[in-house]
Amino acid sequence: MSIKISDVSFKFRGKLALNNVSLSLSPGFNVLLGPNGAGKSTLLSLLTAQRPLQSGTLTYGTHDINQHQRAIMAQIGVVFQQTTLDLDLSVKQNLTYFGALHGLTAKRVLDNLSPVLESLALLDRLDDKIRALNEGHRRRVEIARCMIHQPQYLLLDEATVGLDVDSRKLIIEHIRALAKTSSLTILWTTHLMDEVQEDDALFIMNQGEIVTRGQCGQLLNHYKQENVFDLYRYLTQPEGLI
Amino acid sequence: MTAYWTCFWAILSREILRFFHQRSRLLSALVRPLLWLVVFAAGFRSALGVSIMPPYESYILYQEYIVPGLCAMIVLFNSMQTSLSMVYDREMGSMKILLMSPIPKSFLLFSKLVAAACLSLLQVVIFLILANIVDVEIPWWGFLYAIPSVFLSAFFLGALGLILSNFIKQLENFAGVMNFVIFPMFFMSSALYPLWKIQESSLLLYWICQNNPFTYCVEMIRFSLYGQINFNASLVVIGCVLVTGIIAVATFTPKK
Repeated sequence: MSIKISDVSFKFRGKLALNNVSLSLSPGFNVLLGPNGAGKSTLLSLLTAQRPLQSGTLTYGTHDINQHQRAIMAQIGVVFQQTTLDLDLSVKQNLTYFGALHGLTAKRVLDNLSPVLESLALLDRLDDKIRALNEGHRRRVEIARCMIHQPQYLLLDEATVGLDVDSRKLIIEHIRALAKTSSLTILWTTHLMDEVQEDDALFIMNQGEIVTRGQCGQLLNHYKQENVFDLYRYLTQPEGLI
Repeated sequence: MTAYWTCFWAILSREILRFFHQRSRLLSALVRPLLWLVVFAAGFRSALGVSIMPPYESYILYQEYIVPGLCAMIVLFNSMQTSLSMVYDREMGSMKILLMSPIPKSFLLFSKLVAAACLSLLQVVIFLILANIVDVEIPWWGFLYAIPSVFLSAFFLGALGLILSNFIKQLENFAGVMNFVIFPMFFMSSALYPLWKIQESSLLLYWICQNNPFTYCVEMIRFSLYGQINFNASLVVIGCVLVTGIIAVATFTPKK
Protein backbone atom coordinates (compact mmCIF):
# COMPACT_ATOMS: atom_id res chain seq x y z
CA MET A 1 0.00 0.00 0.00
CA SER A 2 1.50 3.32 -1.00
CA ILE A 3 1.11 6.92 0.06
CA LYS A 4 0.61 9.42 -2.75
CA ILE A 5 1.03 13.14 -2.28
CA SER A 6 0.09 15.17 -5.35
CA ASP A 7 0.58 18.89 -5.94
CA VAL A 8 0.33 19.79 -2.26
CA SER A 9 0.98 23.40 -1.37
CA PHE A 10 0.53 24.88 2.08
CA LYS A 11 0.69 28.44 3.33
CA PHE A 12 1.30 29.13 6.99
CA ARG A 13 0.92 32.69 8.31
CA GLY A 14 1.25 34.02 4.80
CA LYS A 15 4.46 32.11 4.08
CA LEU A 16 4.61 29.27 1.58
CA ALA A 17 5.71 26.27 3.67
CA LEU A 18 5.13 23.65 0.96
CA ASN A 19 5.30 24.42 -2.73
CA ASN A 20 3.61 21.97 -5.07
CA VAL A 21 4.98 18.88 -3.38
CA SER A 22 4.37 15.53 -5.07
CA LEU A 23 5.78 12.21 -3.99
CA SER A 24 4.87 8.58 -3.85
CA LEU A 25 5.96 6.36 -0.97
CA SER A 26 6.10 2.63 -1.57
CA PRO A 27 6.18 -0.16 1.04
CA GLY A 28 9.60 -0.23 2.68
CA PHE A 29 11.89 2.36 4.20
CA ASN A 30 11.50 5.85 2.73
CA VAL A 31 13.68 8.68 3.96
CA LEU A 32 12.70 12.33 3.74
CA LEU A 33 15.87 14.31 4.31
CA GLY A 34 15.99 18.04 4.69
CA PRO A 35 17.38 20.85 6.82
CA ASN A 36 15.41 22.37 9.70
CA GLY A 37 12.59 24.47 8.29
CA ALA A 38 12.50 22.60 4.98
CA GLY A 39 8.83 21.72 5.47
CA LYS A 40 9.15 18.12 6.66
CA SER A 41 7.07 18.58 9.81
CA THR A 42 4.47 20.60 7.92
CA LEU A 43 4.17 17.76 5.43
CA LEU A 44 3.82 15.32 8.29
CA SER A 45 1.12 17.44 9.91
CA LEU A 46 -0.83 17.20 6.63
CA LEU A 47 -0.20 13.47 6.39
CA THR A 48 -1.61 13.03 9.90
CA ALA A 49 -4.54 15.43 9.31
CA GLN A 50 -3.35 17.73 12.08
CA ARG A 51 -3.75 20.51 9.54
CA PRO A 52 -6.28 20.60 6.68
CA LEU A 53 -5.09 20.33 3.09
CA GLN A 54 -5.19 23.68 1.31
CA SER A 55 -4.49 22.33 -2.17
CA GLY A 56 -3.56 19.09 -3.88
CA THR A 57 -4.48 15.53 -2.89
CA LEU A 58 -3.19 13.02 -0.40
CA THR A 59 -4.09 9.35 -0.54
CA TYR A 60 -3.24 6.25 1.50
CA GLY A 61 -3.80 3.27 -0.78
CA THR A 62 -7.23 4.01 -2.18
CA HIS A 63 -8.30 6.29 0.68
CA ASP A 64 -8.32 10.04 0.14
CA ILE A 65 -7.53 11.90 3.38
CA ASN A 66 -10.38 14.38 2.93
CA GLN A 67 -12.97 11.65 2.48
CA HIS A 68 -11.73 8.74 4.58
CA GLN A 69 -9.84 10.38 7.42
CA ARG A 70 -11.06 7.96 10.10
CA ALA A 71 -10.21 4.88 8.05
CA ILE A 72 -6.73 6.31 7.46
CA MET A 73 -6.20 7.08 11.15
CA ALA A 74 -6.90 3.42 11.93
CA GLN A 75 -4.05 2.45 9.58
CA ILE A 76 -1.28 4.87 10.47
CA GLY A 77 1.18 4.87 13.33
CA VAL A 78 2.96 8.13 14.08
CA VAL A 79 5.92 9.29 16.10
CA PHE A 80 5.93 13.07 16.26
CA GLN A 81 9.05 15.17 16.57
CA GLN A 82 7.87 16.41 19.95
CA THR A 83 7.34 13.81 22.68
CA THR A 84 3.63 13.21 23.14
CA LEU A 85 3.56 10.96 26.19
CA ASP A 86 1.71 11.72 29.40
CA LEU A 87 4.52 12.26 31.91
CA ASP A 88 2.39 11.49 34.98
CA LEU A 89 1.26 8.09 33.72
CA SER A 90 3.26 4.87 33.57
CA VAL A 91 4.52 3.27 30.36
CA LYS A 92 1.71 0.71 30.53
CA GLN A 93 -0.94 3.37 31.18
CA ASN A 94 0.29 5.42 28.23
CA LEU A 95 0.20 2.40 25.94
CA THR A 96 -3.21 1.16 27.05
CA TYR A 97 -4.62 4.70 26.81
CA PHE A 98 -3.51 5.00 23.20
CA GLY A 99 -4.80 1.50 22.46
CA ALA A 100 -8.17 2.43 23.93
CA LEU A 101 -8.32 5.47 21.62
CA HIS A 102 -8.25 2.87 18.85
CA GLY A 103 -10.90 0.79 20.60
CA LEU A 104 -8.47 -1.87 21.87
CA THR A 105 -8.67 -3.38 25.34
CA ALA A 106 -5.63 -3.32 27.63
CA LYS A 107 -5.13 -7.08 27.23
CA ARG A 108 -5.16 -6.84 23.45
CA VAL A 109 -2.69 -3.93 23.56
CA LEU A 110 -0.21 -5.88 25.65
CA ASP A 111 -0.69 -9.01 23.53
CA ASN A 112 -0.10 -7.05 20.31
CA LEU A 113 2.92 -5.31 21.73
CA SER A 114 4.67 -8.08 23.60
CA PRO A 115 7.29 -8.79 20.87
CA VAL A 116 7.81 -5.08 20.19
CA LEU A 117 8.31 -4.32 23.87
CA GLU A 118 10.78 -7.15 24.10
CA SER A 119 12.84 -6.01 21.14
CA LEU A 120 12.85 -2.43 22.44
CA ALA A 121 13.88 -3.64 25.90
CA LEU A 122 10.85 -2.12 27.57
CA LEU A 123 9.25 -5.15 29.20
CA ASP A 124 10.75 -4.43 32.61
CA ARG A 125 9.90 -0.71 32.45
CA LEU A 126 6.13 -1.07 32.01
CA ASP A 127 5.27 0.21 35.48
CA ASP A 128 7.72 3.11 35.44
CA LYS A 129 6.36 6.62 35.15
CA ILE A 130 7.33 8.34 31.90
CA ARG A 131 8.76 11.19 33.97
CA ALA A 132 11.33 8.73 35.34
CA LEU A 133 12.55 7.65 31.89
CA ASN A 134 15.34 9.23 29.89
CA GLU A 135 14.74 10.60 26.37
CA GLY A 136 15.91 7.39 24.72
CA HIS A 137 13.45 5.23 26.63
CA ARG A 138 10.64 7.72 26.05
CA ARG A 139 11.26 7.48 22.32
CA ARG A 140 11.21 3.69 22.52
CA VAL A 141 7.83 3.88 24.25
CA GLU A 142 6.57 6.09 21.42
CA ILE A 143 7.90 3.67 18.82
CA ALA A 144 6.13 0.81 20.60
CA ARG A 145 2.97 2.88 20.90
CA CYS A 146 2.76 3.58 17.19
CA MET A 147 2.62 -0.20 16.58
CA ILE A 148 -0.26 -0.89 18.99
CA HIS A 149 -3.02 -1.01 16.39
CA GLN A 150 -0.88 -2.90 13.86
CA PRO A 151 -0.83 -0.10 11.28
CA GLN A 152 0.06 -0.37 7.60
CA TYR A 153 1.84 2.96 7.48
CA LEU A 154 4.44 4.37 9.86
CA LEU A 155 5.33 8.05 9.91
CA LEU A 156 8.30 9.04 12.05
CA ASP A 157 9.27 12.67 12.34
CA GLU A 158 12.90 13.10 13.43
CA ALA A 159 12.41 10.20 15.83
CA THR A 160 16.06 9.98 16.90
CA VAL A 161 16.95 13.63 17.31
CA GLY A 162 18.60 14.37 20.63
CA LEU A 163 19.20 10.72 21.54
CA ASP A 164 22.47 9.06 22.44
CA VAL A 165 24.22 6.75 19.98
CA ASP A 166 22.94 3.51 21.51
CA SER A 167 19.30 4.61 21.57
CA ARG A 168 19.53 5.92 18.00
CA LYS A 169 21.06 2.66 16.83
CA LEU A 170 18.46 0.53 18.59
CA ILE A 171 15.54 2.54 17.24
CA ILE A 172 16.68 2.82 13.65
CA GLU A 173 17.64 -0.86 13.52
CA HIS A 174 14.24 -1.79 14.90
CA ILE A 175 12.45 0.29 12.25
CA ARG A 176 14.68 -1.01 9.44
CA ALA A 177 13.98 -4.58 10.56
CA LEU A 178 10.25 -3.82 10.45
CA ALA A 179 10.62 -2.50 6.91
CA LYS A 180 12.31 -5.72 5.84
CA THR A 181 10.02 -8.19 7.59
CA SER A 182 6.64 -6.56 6.96
CA SER A 183 4.74 -4.83 4.19
CA LEU A 184 4.75 -1.54 6.09
CA THR A 185 5.20 1.73 4.26
CA ILE A 186 7.56 3.74 6.45
CA LEU A 187 8.34 7.43 6.14
CA TRP A 188 11.39 8.41 8.16
CA THR A 189 12.00 12.16 8.19
CA THR A 190 15.38 13.35 9.39
CA HIS A 191 18.14 15.87 8.98
CA LEU A 192 20.76 13.37 10.19
CA MET A 193 22.61 12.10 7.14
CA ASP A 194 24.23 9.11 8.82
CA GLU A 195 20.76 7.56 9.09
CA VAL A 196 20.51 7.18 5.30
CA GLN A 197 21.70 3.98 3.59
CA GLU A 198 22.47 3.46 -0.11
CA ASP A 199 19.46 1.25 -0.82
CA ASP A 200 16.93 3.61 0.84
CA ALA A 201 14.29 5.41 -1.18
CA LEU A 202 15.44 8.98 -0.61
CA PHE A 203 13.58 12.27 -0.96
CA ILE A 204 15.49 15.47 -0.32
CA MET A 205 13.46 18.48 0.64
CA ASN A 206 14.51 22.10 0.83
CA GLN A 207 12.54 25.33 1.25
CA GLY A 208 9.19 23.59 0.89
CA GLU A 209 10.09 21.69 -2.28
CA ILE A 210 11.25 18.19 -3.12
CA VAL A 211 14.58 18.83 -4.82
CA THR A 212 15.34 15.24 -5.76
CA ARG A 213 14.07 11.70 -5.33
CA GLY A 214 15.24 8.15 -6.02
CA GLN A 215 17.27 5.34 -4.59
CA CYS A 216 20.08 6.85 -2.55
CA GLY A 217 22.88 4.95 -4.40
CA GLN A 218 21.52 5.99 -7.79
CA LEU A 219 21.25 9.61 -6.70
CA LEU A 220 24.87 9.60 -5.58
CA ASN A 221 25.89 8.34 -9.04
CA HIS A 222 23.61 10.73 -10.84
CA TYR A 223 24.90 13.82 -9.04
CA LYS A 224 28.44 12.43 -8.91
CA GLN A 225 28.72 12.83 -5.16
CA GLU A 226 30.75 10.63 -2.83
CA ASN A 227 28.36 10.41 0.10
CA VAL A 228 24.98 11.53 1.40
CA PHE A 229 26.48 14.51 3.18
CA ASP A 230 27.96 15.89 -0.05
CA LEU A 231 24.78 15.15 -1.96
CA TYR A 232 22.73 16.93 0.68
CA ARG A 233 25.01 19.98 0.66
CA TYR A 234 25.08 20.03 -3.12
CA LEU A 235 21.29 20.07 -3.32
CA THR A 236 20.29 22.18 -0.34
CA GLN A 237 22.89 24.91 0.10
CA PRO A 238 23.37 28.00 -2.04
CA GLU A 239 26.32 27.69 -4.43
CA GLY A 240 28.35 30.26 -2.57
CA LEU A 241 28.35 28.12 0.55
CA ILE A 242 29.44 24.87 -1.10
CA MET B 1 -19.95 0.28 20.00
CA THR B 2 -17.44 -1.55 22.22
CA ALA B 3 -14.64 0.52 20.67
CA TYR B 4 -16.47 3.74 21.58
CA TRP B 5 -17.04 2.52 25.14
CA THR B 6 -13.38 1.48 25.52
CA CYS B 7 -12.29 4.88 24.23
CA PHE B 8 -14.71 6.78 26.47
CA TRP B 9 -13.65 4.80 29.53
CA ALA B 10 -9.96 5.40 28.78
CA ILE B 11 -10.42 9.17 28.50
CA LEU B 12 -12.48 9.23 31.71
CA SER B 13 -9.95 7.12 33.65
CA ARG B 14 -7.02 9.19 32.38
CA GLU B 15 -8.63 12.44 33.58
CA ILE B 16 -9.45 10.93 36.97
CA LEU B 17 -5.95 9.46 37.33
CA ARG B 18 -4.37 12.77 36.43
CA PHE B 19 -6.63 14.59 38.88
CA PHE B 20 -5.60 12.37 41.77
CA HIS B 21 -1.95 12.61 40.77
CA GLN B 22 -2.18 16.39 41.08
CA ARG B 23 -2.80 16.46 44.82
CA SER B 24 -2.47 20.24 45.10
CA ARG B 25 -5.28 20.61 42.57
CA LEU B 26 -7.53 18.32 44.62
CA LEU B 27 -6.68 20.16 47.81
CA SER B 28 -7.20 23.64 46.40
CA ALA B 29 -10.47 22.53 44.80
CA LEU B 30 -11.79 21.76 48.29
CA VAL B 31 -10.04 24.40 50.37
CA ARG B 32 -11.20 27.31 48.17
CA PRO B 33 -14.98 26.83 48.66
CA LEU B 34 -14.51 25.81 52.29
CA LEU B 35 -12.72 29.08 53.00
CA TRP B 36 -15.60 30.96 51.45
CA LEU B 37 -18.09 28.95 53.47
CA VAL B 38 -16.36 28.95 56.84
CA VAL B 39 -14.56 32.30 56.83
CA PHE B 40 -16.27 34.62 54.36
CA ALA B 41 -19.84 33.51 55.06
CA ALA B 42 -19.29 33.55 58.83
CA GLY B 43 -18.02 37.12 58.62
CA PHE B 44 -20.89 38.34 56.47
CA ARG B 45 -23.56 36.32 58.23
CA SER B 46 -24.89 39.21 60.29
CA ALA B 47 -24.41 41.85 57.60
CA LEU B 48 -26.29 39.99 54.88
CA GLY B 49 -29.76 38.87 55.88
CA VAL B 50 -31.61 36.78 53.33
CA SER B 51 -35.38 37.09 53.19
CA ILE B 52 -37.73 34.24 52.37
CA MET B 53 -37.38 33.52 48.68
CA PRO B 54 -37.80 30.40 46.56
CA PRO B 55 -36.66 27.66 46.94
CA TYR B 56 -36.30 28.41 50.66
CA GLU B 57 -39.42 28.12 52.79
CA SER B 58 -38.14 30.12 55.76
CA TYR B 59 -35.39 32.53 56.69
CA ILE B 60 -32.02 30.97 56.18
CA LEU B 61 -28.49 31.64 57.30
CA TYR B 62 -26.11 33.21 54.83
CA GLN B 63 -23.95 30.07 54.90
CA GLU B 64 -26.85 28.08 53.56
CA TYR B 65 -27.52 30.67 50.87
CA ILE B 66 -24.04 30.56 49.39
CA VAL B 67 -23.66 26.76 49.30
CA PRO B 68 -25.20 26.40 45.78
CA GLY B 69 -23.05 29.31 44.57
CA LEU B 70 -19.96 27.61 45.95
CA CYS B 71 -20.95 24.34 44.27
CA ALA B 72 -21.17 26.30 41.00
CA MET B 73 -17.84 27.93 41.80
CA ILE B 74 -16.23 24.50 42.12
CA VAL B 75 -17.65 23.59 38.73
CA LEU B 76 -16.48 26.87 37.21
CA PHE B 77 -12.92 26.52 38.50
CA ASN B 78 -12.70 22.88 37.52
CA SER B 79 -13.97 23.63 34.03
CA MET B 80 -11.46 26.40 33.54
CA GLN B 81 -8.78 24.10 34.92
CA THR B 82 -9.85 21.68 32.21
CA SER B 83 -9.33 24.37 29.59
CA LEU B 84 -5.88 24.92 31.08
CA SER B 85 -5.14 21.21 30.80
CA MET B 86 -6.28 21.34 27.15
CA VAL B 87 -3.70 24.06 26.53
CA TYR B 88 -1.14 21.93 28.37
CA ASP B 89 -2.11 18.88 26.31
CA ARG B 90 -1.70 20.94 23.17
CA GLU B 91 1.70 22.22 24.24
CA MET B 92 2.85 18.76 25.33
CA GLY B 93 1.47 17.14 22.19
CA SER B 94 -0.93 14.67 23.83
CA MET B 95 -3.79 16.39 22.02
CA LYS B 96 -2.25 15.22 18.73
CA ILE B 97 -2.34 11.66 19.99
CA LEU B 98 -5.98 12.00 21.02
CA LEU B 99 -6.86 13.16 17.54
CA MET B 100 -4.95 10.33 15.86
CA SER B 101 -7.80 8.10 16.96
CA PRO B 102 -10.16 6.79 14.29
CA ILE B 103 -13.06 7.60 16.64
CA PRO B 104 -14.83 10.84 15.57
CA LYS B 105 -13.39 14.05 17.00
CA SER B 106 -16.82 15.09 18.31
CA PHE B 107 -17.04 11.89 20.38
CA LEU B 108 -13.51 12.37 21.74
CA LEU B 109 -14.23 15.93 22.82
CA PHE B 110 -17.60 14.88 24.23
CA SER B 111 -15.79 12.23 26.30
CA LYS B 112 -13.32 14.86 27.52
CA LEU B 113 -16.21 17.11 28.60
CA VAL B 114 -18.00 14.26 30.34
CA ALA B 115 -14.78 13.37 32.16
CA ALA B 116 -14.38 16.98 33.30
CA ALA B 117 -18.03 17.05 34.40
CA CYS B 118 -17.53 13.85 36.42
CA LEU B 119 -14.56 15.43 38.19
CA SER B 120 -16.66 18.50 38.99
CA LEU B 121 -19.41 16.29 40.33
CA LEU B 122 -17.00 14.39 42.52
CA GLN B 123 -15.63 17.62 44.00
CA VAL B 124 -19.11 19.02 44.60
CA VAL B 125 -20.19 15.86 46.44
CA ILE B 126 -17.09 15.99 48.67
CA PHE B 127 -17.73 19.70 49.32
CA LEU B 128 -21.38 19.07 50.25
CA ILE B 129 -20.32 16.35 52.70
CA LEU B 130 -17.81 18.76 54.28
CA ALA B 131 -20.45 21.51 54.34
CA ASN B 132 -22.75 19.20 56.31
CA ILE B 133 -19.90 18.51 58.71
CA VAL B 134 -19.54 22.26 59.38
CA ASP B 135 -23.27 22.43 60.16
CA VAL B 136 -24.69 23.69 56.88
CA GLU B 137 -27.58 21.37 56.43
CA ILE B 138 -28.44 20.30 52.92
CA PRO B 139 -31.08 17.55 52.67
CA TRP B 140 -29.36 14.27 51.73
CA TRP B 141 -31.73 13.72 48.83
CA GLY B 142 -30.68 17.15 47.59
CA PHE B 143 -27.35 15.52 46.69
CA LEU B 144 -29.15 13.20 44.28
CA TYR B 145 -31.34 15.93 42.76
CA ALA B 146 -28.29 18.12 42.27
CA ILE B 147 -26.43 15.55 40.18
CA PRO B 148 -28.06 16.43 36.83
CA SER B 149 -27.83 20.19 37.54
CA VAL B 150 -24.17 20.03 38.45
CA PHE B 151 -23.49 17.79 35.47
CA LEU B 152 -25.26 20.13 33.01
CA SER B 153 -23.51 23.19 34.46
CA ALA B 154 -20.17 21.39 34.27
CA PHE B 155 -20.78 20.40 30.68
CA PHE B 156 -21.67 23.98 29.71
CA LEU B 157 -18.72 25.54 31.52
CA GLY B 158 -16.39 22.80 30.25
CA ALA B 159 -17.44 23.51 26.66
CA LEU B 160 -16.89 27.22 27.32
CA GLY B 161 -13.42 26.35 28.64
CA LEU B 162 -12.74 24.32 25.52
CA ILE B 163 -13.66 27.31 23.33
CA LEU B 164 -11.40 29.53 25.43
CA SER B 165 -8.55 27.04 25.12
CA ASN B 166 -8.56 27.75 21.37
CA PHE B 167 -7.65 31.33 22.10
CA ILE B 168 -5.09 30.73 24.85
CA LYS B 169 -1.78 30.37 23.08
CA GLN B 170 0.37 29.64 26.11
CA LEU B 171 -0.13 28.37 29.64
CA GLU B 172 1.12 31.71 30.96
CA ASN B 173 -1.94 33.43 29.52
CA PHE B 174 -4.21 31.58 31.92
CA ALA B 175 -4.04 34.49 34.38
CA GLY B 176 -6.09 36.41 31.80
CA VAL B 177 -8.80 33.78 32.02
CA MET B 178 -8.88 34.20 35.79
CA ASN B 179 -9.27 37.98 35.53
CA PHE B 180 -11.53 38.24 32.54
CA VAL B 181 -13.67 35.10 32.75
CA ILE B 182 -13.72 33.34 36.11
CA PHE B 183 -13.92 36.33 38.47
CA PRO B 184 -16.47 38.37 36.46
CA MET B 185 -18.66 35.30 35.93
CA PHE B 186 -18.56 34.40 39.60
CA PHE B 187 -18.96 37.84 41.17
CA MET B 188 -21.56 39.09 38.71
CA SER B 189 -23.99 36.31 39.50
CA SER B 190 -26.34 35.23 42.26
CA ALA B 191 -23.64 33.02 43.80
CA LEU B 192 -22.83 35.32 46.72
CA TYR B 193 -25.90 37.54 47.02
CA PRO B 194 -29.50 37.39 45.79
CA LEU B 195 -30.23 39.40 42.67
CA TRP B 196 -32.80 41.61 44.43
CA LYS B 197 -30.02 42.89 46.68
CA ILE B 198 -27.93 43.77 43.64
CA GLN B 199 -30.95 45.47 42.04
CA GLU B 200 -31.21 47.74 45.07
CA SER B 201 -27.66 49.01 44.57
CA SER B 202 -27.20 49.10 40.79
CA LEU B 203 -29.62 48.47 37.96
CA LEU B 204 -26.80 48.03 35.44
CA LEU B 205 -25.10 45.42 37.61
CA TYR B 206 -28.44 43.69 38.10
CA TRP B 207 -28.94 43.57 34.32
CA ILE B 208 -25.46 42.10 33.82
CA CYS B 209 -26.04 39.49 36.55
CA GLN B 210 -29.38 38.57 35.02
CA ASN B 211 -27.76 38.00 31.64
CA ASN B 212 -24.83 36.06 33.02
CA PRO B 213 -25.38 32.38 32.19
CA PHE B 214 -23.48 31.42 35.33
CA THR B 215 -26.36 32.91 37.38
CA TYR B 216 -28.63 30.30 35.81
CA CYS B 217 -26.21 27.51 36.73
CA VAL B 218 -26.25 28.73 40.33
CA GLU B 219 -30.05 28.96 40.45
CA MET B 220 -30.53 25.58 38.79
CA ILE B 221 -28.24 23.97 41.39
CA ARG B 222 -29.88 25.94 44.22
CA PHE B 223 -33.38 24.71 43.39
CA SER B 224 -32.28 21.15 42.75
CA LEU B 225 -30.53 20.94 46.14
CA TYR B 226 -33.98 21.39 47.66
CA GLY B 227 -35.70 18.94 45.33
CA GLN B 228 -37.21 21.58 43.05
CA ILE B 229 -36.76 22.42 39.38
CA ASN B 230 -36.16 25.96 38.20
CA PHE B 231 -37.46 25.53 34.65
CA ASN B 232 -36.26 28.92 33.46
CA ALA B 233 -32.70 28.34 34.68
CA SER B 234 -32.66 24.76 33.40
CA LEU B 235 -33.76 25.81 29.91
CA VAL B 236 -31.13 28.55 29.74
CA VAL B 237 -28.38 26.15 30.86
CA ILE B 238 -29.50 23.43 28.42
CA GLY B 239 -29.48 26.04 25.64
CA CYS B 240 -25.99 27.11 26.67
CA VAL B 241 -24.85 23.45 26.70
CA LEU B 242 -26.05 23.00 23.12
CA VAL B 243 -24.61 26.26 21.78
CA THR B 244 -21.21 26.04 23.49
CA GLY B 245 -20.97 22.30 22.81
CA ILE B 246 -21.48 22.79 19.08
CA ILE B 247 -19.11 25.78 18.90
CA ALA B 248 -16.46 23.94 20.96
CA VAL B 249 -16.43 20.91 18.67
CA ALA B 250 -16.67 22.96 15.47
CA THR B 251 -13.89 25.36 16.34
CA PHE B 252 -11.51 22.94 18.00
CA THR B 253 -8.09 22.72 16.39
CA PRO B 254 -5.29 20.45 17.57
CA LYS B 255 -2.64 22.92 16.36
CA LYS B 256 -1.99 26.29 17.98
